[in-house]
Formats: sequence, C-alpha cells, structure tokens
Amino acid sequence: MELIKVEDLSFAYDKEVIIRNAYFSINQRDVITIVGPNGGGKTTLIRLIMGQLKPQKGTVELKNNGGRLFGYVPQYSTMDPSYPITVFEVILSGRIKNIGFYNKADKVAAVKVLKAVGLEEQKMMSFSDLSGGQRQRALIARALVSQPEVLILDEPTANIDAESEKQLNELLKKLAENHTIIIVTHDLAFVNEMSTRVLCVNRNVKEHPLETLDDGVIHSLYSSQVKVVRHEQDLLHGAEK
Amino acid sequence: MNDFIQMLINPNIPFIRMAFIAGVIGSIPFGFIGSFVVVKKMSSIAGAISHSSLGGIGLALYLQEVAGIMFLTPTTGAMLFAVISALIISLVMIKGTERVDTVIGTVWAVGMSIGILFMMKTPGYVDPMSYLFGNILLIGKSQMVTIAVFSCFILLLGILFYPQLQAVSFDSSFAETRGINTSLFNTVMLMLIGVTVVLMVTFVGIVMVIAFLTIPPAIASLFSKRLSVMIALSILFSIILSVVGLYFSYIFDLPTGSVTIVLAGGVYIILRIGRIIQKNLKKV
Repeated sequence: MELIKVEDLSFAYDKEVIIRNAYFSINQRDVITIVGPNGGGKTTLIRLIMGQLKPQKGTVELKNNGGRLFGYVPQYSTMDPSYPITVFEVILSGRIKNIGFYNKADKVAAVKVLKAVGLEEQKMMSFSDLSGGQRQRALIARALVSQPEVLILDEPTANIDAESEKQLNELLKKLAENHTIIIVTHDLAFVNEMSTRVLCVNRNVKEHPLETLDDGVIHSLYSSQVKVVRHEQDLLHGAEK
Repeated sequence: MNDFIQMLINPNIPFIRMAFIAGVIGSIPFGFIGSFVVVKKMSSIAGAISHSSLGGIGLALYLQEVAGIMFLTPTTGAMLFAVISALIISLVMIKGTERVDTVIGTVWAVGMSIGILFMMKTPGYVDPMSYLFGNILLIGKSQMVTIAVFSCFILLLGILFYPQLQAVSFDSSFAETRGINTSLFNTVMLMLIGVTVVLMVTFVGIVMVIAFLTIPPAIASLFSKRLSVMIALSILFSIILSVVGLYFSYIFDLPTGSVTIVLAGGVYIILRIGRIIQKNLKKV
C-alpha cells in the first residue's frame, strides 16, 4: 500500500535549488535509506515529506488512515547534554499537545515503549547520564510513543560505538516488522541487511537498485563520502570506526 | 541576628520588612523564568532586554520633565523598550535572517545608550547608577502588590504550560514535528523575560535582575536532574540569597543589591569548584 507519493517536487532556499523535480513513492513496510553528500538536500527532503517546509513546485501526497503518520528521531548529539530532564520525561514529550498535561494513557504508552527499546532500568535516570547508544534508543522511544506509521531517523549511527550500533540494528529490524522506516545516513553498512530501497539525494533524487549500488557508483554519481559495505564486512566496518 | 528580626517586625520601620517580602515574592518569577534562561542559555538575551529597558526609563524621565507627559512613567517606558527588544530578538530567532548574537549585542548597547543620552538631557540630576543597581529598600506597598500579582501570574502560567515549555526548551524542532506552536511559546518566553525584567528592574536594578535570573538557577542546576526540581530549587535559593543578602547589608551597612549579588556569585563559585573537585576525586 502506498503511503507517500512525491511528484515533481522542487524546493529552493532563495535562488539556490536544493531539491529538483523529485518523483518517488514510499510504500507501507518499506525500509528506505536516503544517502547523499552533506548539503545535498537529505534533510530538506525529509522536512518536505513531513510538511515542515512547503514545496515551491510539486506535491507530497500523504495517505494515512487518520492516525499519526511520522515519528522523527534526530541525532542525539543535537540535544543539549546539560538539560535537566529524565529519560521518562523525554519519552513523554513525544505525546505533547498544544494545551494540557500528560494523562494516564500517555504514561502507559511511555512505559510500553521504554520496555520496547530496553531502557526500563534507566527510566528515572537523567538523559545526559545515558551513553550515546542509549540516548539514541530513548529518542526512538520518544518517536514511537505517538504510534506513528513511519519512523524517520536522521544519522542514527553518528557518534555511537560498534556495540550500540549492533543493538540499534537489532531494534530497527524488530521495528521494521510493523513500521515503515526512513533512514538518512552516510552509513549504508548499518542498514544494508534490512534496507529494501535506497534513494540517493544530491539535488536530484534517484532510486538505485540495492544490488547495483557500490562505492564506485556512489562516488562517481555524487562524489560523496558514503561508503557501501556489505553486511558480511561488518567486522571490518567496525574496525574502521 | 536578633536586631535584624526586631527590625523586620518593627511596625515603625517598614522598609526592611517590605524589602524582605519583596525578595521572597520576587523569587518566584526570578526562579521560574531564570531556570528557562539558564537551560536555554539565554543569559545574553536577558542581559540585552534588561539593559535596553534603560532606554525606556531615560525616555520616560525626559518626556515627563520636558514635555509633561506624566503617564509615561519609568516603569511604562522600561516596559515599552523591553517588549520591543524581546520582539526584535524573537523575530530574528524565528526568521533566522540575521546573526542572533549580533542583534542581541546591538539591542543591548543601543538601548542602554539611548537611556544615558536622555538622562543626560533631562533637566535636573538623574543618576543612571540608581537604575543599574536599584534599591530594594525603597519598595512601597503598591509596588509590592504589583510584584505579588505578577508572581502569581507567572506561577499559574508555568504550571498550566509546563509540559509545553519543557518540550519546546528541550527540543524545539521535535516539538514542531508534534504540531506545537514553538514560535509562539518561544516568543511568550521572551516576553515573560521582558516583563520580569521590567517589573523588577525599577525596584532592584538591572544588575540584580540579571544576577537573579542566572545565579540561583545555575546553583539549582548543580543539584537537579529535572527541570521542575530546578525551578523549585531556584525559587528556594533566590529566597535564601535575598534574605541573607538583606541581613548582611543590614549588619555591615552596605548596599543591599551589591551585597546580595556578591554573596550569590560567591556561593555559586564555591559550589562549582566543589563539584569539579568531587568529579576529579571520583575519577581517581
């Protein structure tokens, strides 16, 4: 089932074109990896899909069933590490409304996702006391608590160690069973096993079949730092980090 | 100590009692708004808004003397300039077309200079220092009522919108994806800083306002892992510091504002050094 349909989408900041005439669609249970160089328009594309930016041309058609469509997971390193907030409060903030307090249903949902990401014991810990991998999982829980159809993760493996990356991979594999997942990353190795489609973004948005995508293709098309590492090379990938 | 307590309850010497009550009640807006100033790293914004209010104070004093516009009191003038400054900074933050730090510095310097220029041209002697450092001992009954009403307003607003203010101040971008009007909440926060500054600035002076918007919350942040706890501790530390500052100024016969600020700064530095030593000892 088609969830998102993008047609002839273009966006520019002032006169600088960021996304040019993009056409693609995202289906339910897709695991889409968005790759491309820094400044190539990955984040802009995500913001356009989520409706945070208005396209100058073209459309983004969302076909949700009335529930919440998107759950966004930013990089944990963009958070202020000194902010006084507990893990539970971070997750609850995923159910924030314009007016009113959190109710019992919000708290029950927060406890449920806390268990799902394996952070029950850290519930009342300060967010800043968590490791990088744990913070990333807490932010995934915050996105999940509003029960979205589509989970969008921005560079989920940035600044986390190999062991945390492995745990994150396991968690995402589990989540992919009943969510559509969009991962913006430089790190194709991380999503290689579960990714069903890859979108390359550098002003233009092009879909590449996974089997034909390798370092050479990426480099020649985008001169980017993206590295394609197949799953069996995980150990090597870990060592490189 | 007994002398101080006698002074507090002596019906013939109301000014120490008034200063004591003002310190306690004023600690609510200072503790609440100050906690957001510290966690959002907005001390320079608070500094710009408070210093720019001097422009409004100078303008009001000048127009009262020269043009006889009596309704424009220094408090009204300060309010006008603080609100305009808050709006300018808020617009720049929302639009992102200019460097925020440049605008903060400009608002700070220009506002303050306008105030000094008007004060210098106002007939008679106007001492800018009295507005920079204020005098909590000169607070009257009507001013006390104003502070009390405003403190209740801040408390009510803080309780009603606590989840939203927390979510926006922790991760504004995420709150936006949840449909929260982050621009509105950020602007409201800046306006509240502006109003807190104005209400307190004419009583305790610009320097004490900045000190109390930053030092008690900074001390509280050393002991709290939750924003709600930090706010409560900030209010408590504000009360303790203002009362102890008043006591020291009484026994050593020194200006209340300056004594309180030095005391607050000293406590913060000692605790901060203590925390650093504690961390290093843990590592060993």
